[in-house]
Amino acid sequence: MIEPRLELTGITKQYPGVLANNNVNLKIMPGEIHALLGENGAGKSTLVKFIYGVQKADSGQIRWEGKHQEVSSPNVARKLGIGMVFQHFSLFDAMTVEENISVGIVPELAKGDLANRITEISRQYGLPLDPQRYVHTLSVGERQRIEVVRCLLQSPRLLIMDEPTSVLTPQEVRELFKTLRSLSEEGVSILYISHKLQEIIDLCHNATIMRMGEVVATCKPENETPRSMAEMMMGANLIAPERPDRRMPGPVRLTVNSLSVVSSNQHGVDLKDINFDVHAGEVLGVAGIAGNGQRELMDALSGEVPVDAEECVIIDDHKVGRSGPTDRRNAGMGFVPEERLGHGAVPEMSLWENAFLSGAQSMSLLDKGFIRTRESADYASNIVREFNVKTPGVENAANSLSGGNLQKFIFGREILQGPGVIVVLQPTWGVDAGSAAAIRQALIDLAGTGAAVLVISQDLEELFEVSDRIAVICEGVVSSPRAVSDITVDEIGLLMAGISEPSSSAREATYGH
Amino acid sequence: MIPDWLTPAIMTIITASTPLVFAAVGEIMVEKSGVLNLGVEGMMIMGAVAAFAIGVTTGSATLAILFGALAGLVLALIFGLLTLNLRANQVATGLALTLFGLGLSALIGHSFVGETFSGLPKLDIPFISKLPIIGPLVFGQDVLVYMSVASVFFAGWFLNKTRWGLVLRAVGENHDAAHAIGHPVNFVRMMAVLFGGSMAGLGGAYLSLAYTPLWVENMTAGRGWIALALVVFASWRPGRAIFGAYLFGGITILQLHVQGFGVAIAPQLMSMLPYLATIVVLVLISHDVNRFKLSAPACLGKTFHPSQ
Repeated sequence: MIEPRLELTGITKQYPGVLANNNVNLKIMPGEIHALLGENGAGKSTLVKFIYGVQKADSGQIRWEGKHQEVSSPNVARKLGIGMVFQHFSLFDAMTVEENISVGIVPELAKGDLANRITEISRQYGLPLDPQRYVHTLSVGERQRIEVVRCLLQSPRLLIMDEPTSVLTPQEVRELFKTLRSLSEEGVSILYISHKLQEIIDLCHNATIMRMGEVVATCKPENETPRSMAEMMMGANLIAPERPDRRMPGPVRLTVNSLSVVSSNQHGVDLKDINFDVHAGEVLGVAGIAGNGQRELMDALSGEVPVDAEECVIIDDHKVGRSGPTDRRNAGMGFVPEERLGHGAVPEMSLWENAFLSGAQSMSLLDKGFIRTRESADYASNIVREFNVKTPGVENAANSLSGGNLQKFIFGREILQGPGVIVVLQPTWGVDAGSAAAIRQALIDLAGTGAAVLVISQDLEELFEVSDRIAVICEGVVSSPRAVSDITVDEIGLLMAGISEPSSSAREATYGH
Repeated sequence: MIPDWLTPAIMTIITASTPLVFAAVGEIMVEKSGVLNLGVEGMMIMGAVAAFAIGVTTGSATLAILFGALAGLVLALIFGLLTLNLRANQVATGLALTLFGLGLSALIGHSFVGETFSGLPKLDIPFISKLPIIGPLVFGQDVLVYMSVASVFFAGWFLNKTRWGLVLRAVGENHDAAHAIGHPVNFVRMMAVLFGGSMAGLGGAYLSLAYTPLWVENMTAGRGWIALALVVFASWRPGRAIFGAYLFGGITILQLHVQGFGVAIAPQLMSMLPYLATIVVLVLISHDVNRFKLSAPACLGKTFHPSQ
């Protein structure tokens, strides 16, 4: 009988106030790709920390290739043959690829002509990398390759991947899967942590599903549907966003006119002559591969980077191209940036302070320059109640909330201000399935009240779920929007890759097709 | 012809600059590991008083130097225990360390006021040390001057060419990632802090043993702070730090000579010159904001909690 490569029995870990892992069992065979599935906070990351020796469990046993094993530190794990690719990369921006790899492997391996071995491995597995480049100049996909190559250099027998695809383009995901499958054929076991269900069905042999720190189910993903697995994960029926029948769009509320921006960042993307309208009651989706100008477009629309001419951005007859975010808020715009912590919210400040910061004007939370504390707290409590944010209270700091809960709070904060126009970037990035569904529903509902909604996202499924029309951004150029009923995923894929321009008839396409 | 005053002038510049070289190189190592120790002034003055006290009582220059370094190290150890083990705020602890060092050194040094030390022996190679200019400048210095120059090369080599240097930079760049990879963040930082302390101690020892071989209360006179500024303006590069230190030392001496010649500029203005010139020059050479950001350790001054 073949011994399992890794077997966990009865892993339990108690944090103050939370039972992070309760009697968790897990078994991975050689060459198996095993999915670990669960919402944020289900205990996946905690469990993995024990396997990789970053933390110690209160009780439970780890058996490695049939033998009982204490994994007291990542060094021990690496010596056993366990490699890990973290969700938040363990990389050092100011260092080269080679230095990054060198610092993350055992000293014996770091000796000699490391650069050549990096090039060799990266060629062998189709992960092109230049050892002398500095990390801060690389794309997210390239950064992940560093982590993967770092693991592969140590010839791992178990590779742990924590949410590896959340930052990758569809092409990069395909490349990664190719690499993972060939590793699996060589007998490497892979523990694949994700909440992207379709990917798990495509890639994994077995899945263990966790909820609230416990294993609630195991299954063979090929026999499941994304929906059935999502329901196991949430322990409830998944409600797909409901959308009222498409009505005739209202008047134009957001106009973008020949918007061109030269990026101030040398690795940024220049925006080139962007034109589109968003109508009242409409959700316009902007698809695109990461790093094609989404961030620059967001900055230009929110006013963080004002543009040259007033008429480039028009909100309900207010020309605001040269105004900053506060003026645009006053003109009726709301926005939700990509980074929740540090951009969407001040991490160390309480929820009510964060609510105050964006709603001070529109919710009249100021009284002759003084903060109206009680009203601000009421406003924050309203957000918490209406958007079902899980938190002990509005005095808690923003960074004490999970990603999904904080994102719901930020959305609630913007939506309760009743914006006429809202612009959101990557609304459900790293957010659990339940919160993501709630956020999408909220966007659709907001459009239902007559607001113009612009969603910039890399998640095509999401865009098809919420949008009335979809445009694609590629190298800073935005294609003309087309009705969702009128465009296929394949067509969007081609536009995203910048391969073809839409045909002339498609250019005219708007509504009613 | 070479003017007679040139060689002694350069000699004084070297003596004025050496304490700064020690302290700045030590602090570069500390900051590269992600720790901001503002107690350089305190560690220097403790090094100065310890070296002088031991030198005067034992008459041994070697012991004096050793105890100078040791005094800086002990103070750094206190700083390390407070900030790394007990996670106290680095800025506040560093400031406290300076105040503590100034006070304690005054107490210890009280009975040594008025004593003198014979100074450090200088290298004397027959014939070679007598060569014009080159002889005394290159082959006629005391051991600490050579050590200070060597420390610059050592720090550059260690940080850029060795694995431990790489780990140290990694810890200062992103301590969470370094921890996740399995490097002992606080251990690395403690070692860096202790190294920085000994170097500041040596800088202080040089002040009281060679620069002005006597003990005066508060004799570091802000050199610890200059060293801290040098670290930033040198964008954490040892080579630039020694350049900045010599620039500062050079202008300090120069303005003294100019004042000696009776030039009609207010002496207060002249005394500002070294500070001003050093800052201007170093700002100019590190004007590239992006490169500056990259050389600054990203985790500088942040406390590390391994549990998060």
